[in-house]
Amino acid sequence: MTRVILKRLLAALPNLVGVVIITFLLTRAIPGDPAVYFAGGAATQEAIDQVRTQLGLDRPLMAQFTSYVGALFRGDLGLSLTTGQPVLQELLQRLPASLELVLMALVLACAVAVPMGVLAATRPGSWFDQLSRVLITAGVSLPTFFTGLLLAYVFYFLLGWAPSPLGRLDPIWSPPPTVTGLYVIDAAFTGDGALWWACVKQLLLPVVTMALFVLAPIARMTRASMIAVLSSDFIRTARASGLSDTTVLVRYALRNALLPVITTLGMVFGFMIGSSVIIEKVFGWPGVGSYAIDALTASDYAPVQGFVLTMGLLFVALNLLVDLLYVLIDPRVSIDS
Amino acid sequence: MSNGTVSHVRHVLSENPVTLLAATLFVGFLLAALLGPSLVPYDPLASNVGPALQPPTADHWFGTDALGRDIFSRVVVATRLDLGIAFSAVLVSFIIGMPLGLAAGFFGGWPDRIISRGADTIMAFPLFVLAMGIVAALGNTVGNIILATIVINLPFYIRVARAEANVRREAGWVEAARLSGNGDMRILAMHLFPNALPPAMVQVSLNMGWAILNAAGLSFIGLGVRPPEPEWGILVAEGAQFIVSGEWWVSLFPGLVLMLAVFTFNLLGDALRDIFDPRRRT
Repeated sequence: MTRVILKRLLAALPNLVGVVIITFLLTRAIPGDPAVYFAGGAATQEAIDQVRTQLGLDRPLMAQFTSYVGALFRGDLGLSLTTGQPVLQELLQRLPASLELVLMALVLACAVAVPMGVLAATRPGSWFDQLSRVLITAGVSLPTFFTGLLLAYVFYFLLGWAPSPLGRLDPIWSPPPTVTGLYVIDAAFTGDGALWWACVKQLLLPVVTMALFVLAPIARMTRASMIAVLSSDFIRTARASGLSDTTVLVRYALRNALLPVITTLGMVFGFMIGSSVIIEKVFGWPGVGSYAIDALTASDYAPVQGFVLTMGLLFVALNLLVDLLYVLIDPRVSIDS
Repeated sequence: MSNGTVSHVRHVLSENPVTLLAATLFVGFLLAALLGPSLVPYDPLASNVGPALQPPTADHWFGTDALGRDIFSRVVVATRLDLGIAFSAVLVSFIIGMPLGLAAGFFGGWPDRIISRGADTIMAFPLFVLAMGIVAALGNTVGNIILATIVINLPFYIRVARAEANVRREAGWVEAARLSGNGDMRILAMHLFPNALPPAMVQVSLNMGWAILNAAGLSFIGLGVRPPEPEWGILVAEGAQFIVSGEWWVSLFPGLVLMLAVFTFNLLGDALRDIFDPRRRT
């Protein structure tokens, strides 16, 4: 077991290195002369040269890379030009908002997609199967920014059920004291029901938007792997032994069918991180994605690069987590190797 | 195309009316892309061709935006740019990715290790975020949107081609081709490439939809295509501020057309899979 886990950890290493190299190359690809850019608009040639030396841009690429990696180990992602704050600090401040969105969307998507896939698999060709297939194809075709706006129009403007789609919490409330950084959980800790409900209401539309987007891959995978498992011998045996349908379906079939679904979670995380950028813009959600967009609009490159790097590293870590989860859940993995 | 293929295509089309619908839509989008600017009733860039922010009427089918521009004309004209970006990006990914993947699968060893590692490294990023980073770093132009889309599509072609070449390099007919004096390059180009083509074509169609979504998403967040140039993502973004005050048509129509385009390519991908690969029929 330990050996398998160590092997997985080692396997993630090249990806980690790759992410750092690509992000480094992107930092050196800023249009024009980065020194001119970082020196600011009214800089003299002298000032530009000084910045160039300061940033080490006059040194060979390899040396620049070493100091880039060195800075990373110190947690130095540079300064944001617009706010003057360290990028890492600002990213960490905003990360919980994004994580809240992604985690809640994942829970919601799984809660809907897994039963949907199971039902579709037990009745292949039925109207439910057809319907879920249409939903799945439509789901992957939906531009998230469009779904988000549509939901805001229907549930905020037309029906008035949702609060104004701007930010994490209506300004009349003050945010709950930080414990986890996730407002819904922190608000639950305070025991203030009204505050908790305000947080949930604000979270609902962006979470549904994101969940709709990732519903498709989870449901499709559940259906496919459920169909494969249901046709296997041990299910026939279980049925023949007179076990109830529910027992066969849930305790025998679903437990095995979920393994391939877990492997797709890595890909799903990638989709969610990508779409969170757009969803955060649509709903004015103060996460890392909207931070990167604000920086982009202001041509402030350090936060954008910090964002790309952080998301790359986070994604590698999440994939590793999924891998490890798989080892823990499926005993065959550790026995085979 | 042999007679059997033609009848198989006909069978697939008649079996599934949705496929026929997708093919029709595809032709429609193609026409809009080719002839769009000469078909539309108004100049897509001209403001005040009608009253500002007017809901759909007989004169302005999709309504008008805040500057009094005709949204229908803007949406139709945008087709060429959106499909153009997606098509050129997917084409270049295909042209670069296929030979790389085939070589990796065929030769194995260190070429395989380098090429696969490269593909894995790209896949180690959330792809939309990587595309964002590339456009942000290289500059805010349409060319760079295409470049970013090429990069994030590349791993898929490399993987598809690699898998095909890897499975088939030991096949009897490859050995036969070698024995009759064909060199490695010739076997790759004339024998393995045609075999890798069907799964790659399915990938092309699915990637087209995905590439359109990505390009529109990048423009939506302000990267690449710039207003007033009509592009679906920008058109939706322009209407975003009005949707909370009830002017739904500014965003709705470009969004719907964008969705329809992606839907068309996804359906076509499914249909191509049915035509090319009867074993994996859904």
